[in-house]
Amino acid sequence: MNWFDSGWGLTAAVFLPGVGMLAVVAAPKADETLQKAIALVTTIATFGVTIALAVSFNYDKSGLQLGTDKSWIDVINSRFHIGLDGISLPMLILSAFITMLCVIYSWDHFPEPHNPKAFLGLILLLEIGMNGTFVAQDLILFFVFFEIVLLPMFFMIGVWGGPNREYASIKFFLFTLFGSALMLLSFLALYFIGPNTFDIPKLAALHGAGIVHSTQNLIFAGMFLGFAIKVPMFPFHTWLPDAHTEAPTVGSVLLAAILLKLGTYGFIRIALPILPQAARDWAPWIGLLAVIGIIYGALGCLAQRDMKRLIAFSSVAHMGFVMLGVATLTTFGINAAIFGMVAHGLITGMLFFIAGSVQERFETRQLDRLGGLLTQAPKLGWILGFCAMASLGLPGLAGFWGEFPALLSAYNPAKGISGNEFVVFRTYMAVAAVGTVLAAGYLLWMLQRVAFGTVKPEWENVHIHDVHVPEWIAWTPMLLLIVALGIYPNLIFRVTDGTVTRLFGG
Amino acid sequence: MNPHIDYHALAPEIVLSAAIVVVLVADLLFPDRDRWQTSRIATLGVLGALIPVLTLAADGTDRSMFGGAYVVDNYALVFKGFFLVVTYVTILLSSDYIAEGDYYQGEFWFLLLTSVLGMVAMASARDLITIFVALETISVPTFVLAGWRKHDVRSNEASIKYYLIGVLSSAVMLYGMSLVYGVTNSTLLTDIAQKAGSLSGSMNNLLIVAIFLTLGGFAFKVSAVPFHFWAPDTYEGAPTPVTAFLSVASKAGGFVAMLTIVYIGFYNSGNSWQPVLWALAAASMTIGNLTALRQTNIIRMLAYSSIAQGGFILVPFAVAGDSRPAAASALEAVVIYILIYAAMNLGAFAVVIAVARRTRSAEIRSFAGLGQWSPVLAVLLSFFLFSLAGIPPLAGWFAKFVMFRAVLDAHTSAAAVIGVIAAVNSVIALFYYAGIARQIWFREPTLDDRRPLEVPPALNAAIALCAAAVVVVGVYPQPFAKLGELAHF
Repeated sequence: MNWFDSGWGLTAAVFLPGVGMLAVVAAPKADETLQKAIALVTTIATFGVTIALAVSFNYDKSGLQLGTDKSWIDVINSRFHIGLDGISLPMLILSAFITMLCVIYSWDHFPEPHNPKAFLGLILLLEIGMNGTFVAQDLILFFVFFEIVLLPMFFMIGVWGGPNREYASIKFFLFTLFGSALMLLSFLALYFIGPNTFDIPKLAALHGAGIVHSTQNLIFAGMFLGFAIKVPMFPFHTWLPDAHTEAPTVGSVLLAAILLKLGTYGFIRIALPILPQAARDWAPWIGLLAVIGIIYGALGCLAQRDMKRLIAFSSVAHMGFVMLGVATLTTFGINAAIFGMVAHGLITGMLFFIAGSVQERFETRQLDRLGGLLTQAPKLGWILGFCAMASLGLPGLAGFWGEFPALLSAYNPAKGISGNEFVVFRTYMAVAAVGTVLAAGYLLWMLQRVAFGTVKPEWENVHIHDVHVPEWIAWTPMLLLIVALGIYPNLIFRVTDGTVTRLFGG
Repeated sequence: MNPHIDYHALAPEIVLSAAIVVVLVADLLFPDRDRWQTSRIATLGVLGALIPVLTLAADGTDRSMFGGAYVVDNYALVFKGFFLVVTYVTILLSSDYIAEGDYYQGEFWFLLLTSVLGMVAMASARDLITIFVALETISVPTFVLAGWRKHDVRSNEASIKYYLIGVLSSAVMLYGMSLVYGVTNSTLLTDIAQKAGSLSGSMNNLLIVAIFLTLGGFAFKVSAVPFHFWAPDTYEGAPTPVTAFLSVASKAGGFVAMLTIVYIGFYNSGNSWQPVLWALAAASMTIGNLTALRQTNIIRMLAYSSIAQGGFILVPFAVAGDSRPAAASALEAVVIYILIYAAMNLGAFAVVIAVARRTRSAEIRSFAGLGQWSPVLAVLLSFFLFSLAGIPPLAGWFAKFVMFRAVLDAHTSAAAVIGVIAAVNSVIALFYYAGIARQIWFREPTLDDRRPLEVPPALNAAIALCAAAVVVVGVYPQPFAKLGELAHF
């Protein structure tokens, strides 16, 4: 496995989609099958590389593996440093996995105005950004990858989106850019006030040594804005329902499954380990916003009439659980958060796929015009039921292991969190527990409106096609994984625990 | 006494001067139908002048002439090379525009080359008088170029406005310079720096006034707010290739002069120029951006955008006096920003020129649906616009990055404040750049003619050069960063 040790494998996992993108762009405009085939082969190959990386990954070793550290921009002391550890690996695989399934799903589902060439090119460009963010070990490299995702998603929403696409796309872009501009200022402040390096492992090893406490808090604030907008956390979430609702199905899936994770991943990879002191000061506030997000997202769901918008608000609530786990600053909570990220990626990704397929069949997502899906397309209806169960945290499915341990971890937050941490976090726990009940409420309500009941008169004589072949191919692996992770959560916990303990155990 | 003349060091200027004369004579001798050949002579002159720049760079020694008033060092060479390359791209942009217009040809190239001669001299000027002469050599030909379309009222307005404001600013600047001379008894920047340190109270106050006036003059040249009123009208009325040249090369000429004066002459009087430049930077970014938001004409939008971009370039100046390391990062930031700004702004103008060949309009609405009838141009225009907005992986991000880097290297609260202002402004700017992308990609075409656009090869080459720079530097900024590091005093 010499080839992987030298870092070529990981580099390929990031830039292979770029090769595919160029090939798709170069392919003749008329030959759509060729364009699709190139995109498919590229994403499968990229996923294959990530699996090969997972195979050659040494699960007992702590620290970065399989990476490389090459010169990039010497003048500003920034390097092309990438590497894998237990936190990166599951996210990288998730990203390559979901992108591949999105290309499969797209096969005959290209939204108007069609143009598969541009659509697939953008998906592949997006994949570079996502994969790169999860493996970058240099702040500036991280920033560049973090930002690469903006353009493709902006165009995906703006060109292939719903009626309100122009508003949604620019709102998405402006919100995220605002956060990342301040995040960049924080990175630079960290460089000049701290030890003059952008190297993430080096910075993390210093735990913010040499930076005055109050300055640490300010730097943390900039990073917080950058990541919290991306997650999104409560007061910054307003771009999300618009973006999700207007985006084409595949765009929504990628947004929910991967892009939101860039924010939480940023907290775990950068903000918390590099500035642990500031993190302890900020933790109660992060926890508070997380809990508000849980309740607000759930209440928001109950007020929706649009199926996709409902799922979007449920994302706000679920990401609240992830952030609650992060805010405890314990290894237990952060393991749960990473699990929650993967689980939410699979489950909410599936829900958006289903919402897209429902819309394609009924040409509406309005809950009061839908009903009786189980009679008309029983398989689709059952899959929706299954995902709703997974999403509300039914034990035995993946959603449970994200939510439940995150709640538990709030019982016992890390020592040194400012204020009366036990009282505060146990209150959070109680409130968040109410959130799980609400989650059951809105998901079952949605299931009832869409799948149960009788078919609405307007659809009575319309033939509704049940699940298509490309849908089966795209969905089966996700459904299986939701079950597999639910039954055997150690699939993730075993990978993450070592790294999490190394970074947050001390 | 005969002054020592180093012909190798002066070779770029000599080649350019020869080209200027040849163009003028050729225009006189060539019959009408052969006049387009003058653009070839201009191209040869510009590329020929690049050769000695390269040999001088390979040679690497600093050369100084005329008692230190004219210096050829790395700083000068980086900018000489930059100006020549920018002019080459401008020639590519203009040759078809000028050939197809019903106007004289030879004079255009004569004026353009003369302006470039001023720029190339500016990079070496280290003396107030040399700087002034170089600045006027840059400006005077551009007054005429702005009015190139004689029969167009707007072009006349552009020219006369630019001329009046230009002359006014020169007068203000010259008055400032005369005061500087009165106080320090020298026009040589190194002497001024030396004398400025040992001035008594009242003389020092006078120097502050002098510096203020001098910088005010430059603020007109780089169209910094509140000295920017001429720019949008001039940019809109002038022929578009000339606008591109004004907004990139001529503006950069102003910045180069400012860099030289501030870093060599006035550096130790930091408390007098720093607040002025801080205010100019903050006002230019904010007002430039907010006004750009409301434009419906793409040239006017690019004019306000270039005012805002000028504000971003001024930001590092505003913190340069805080410490020596801050000064070094600031110099690097300004140089890198100018290089990258030139590539993306010229690219944007090149595509606008190409598209206007069909639409005959600069209204932003006329770009609707460009993505459908000319996808390649649409992609490239999007590249340039999002690069101007500073979105990775396009080169603009690195320009913004080095600007922020200089700000944070200064470690002062004034620096932190302007950093936040710049950050907020870079978000505002996205809105209008993305607004054009929205027209291009999200809207249906308004034109009936949807055949792919045919772009003349020269214009295509200009677009390709700029696009290559924007993409390559965005992914691998090291080469430009290196140039920024080399260009120091």
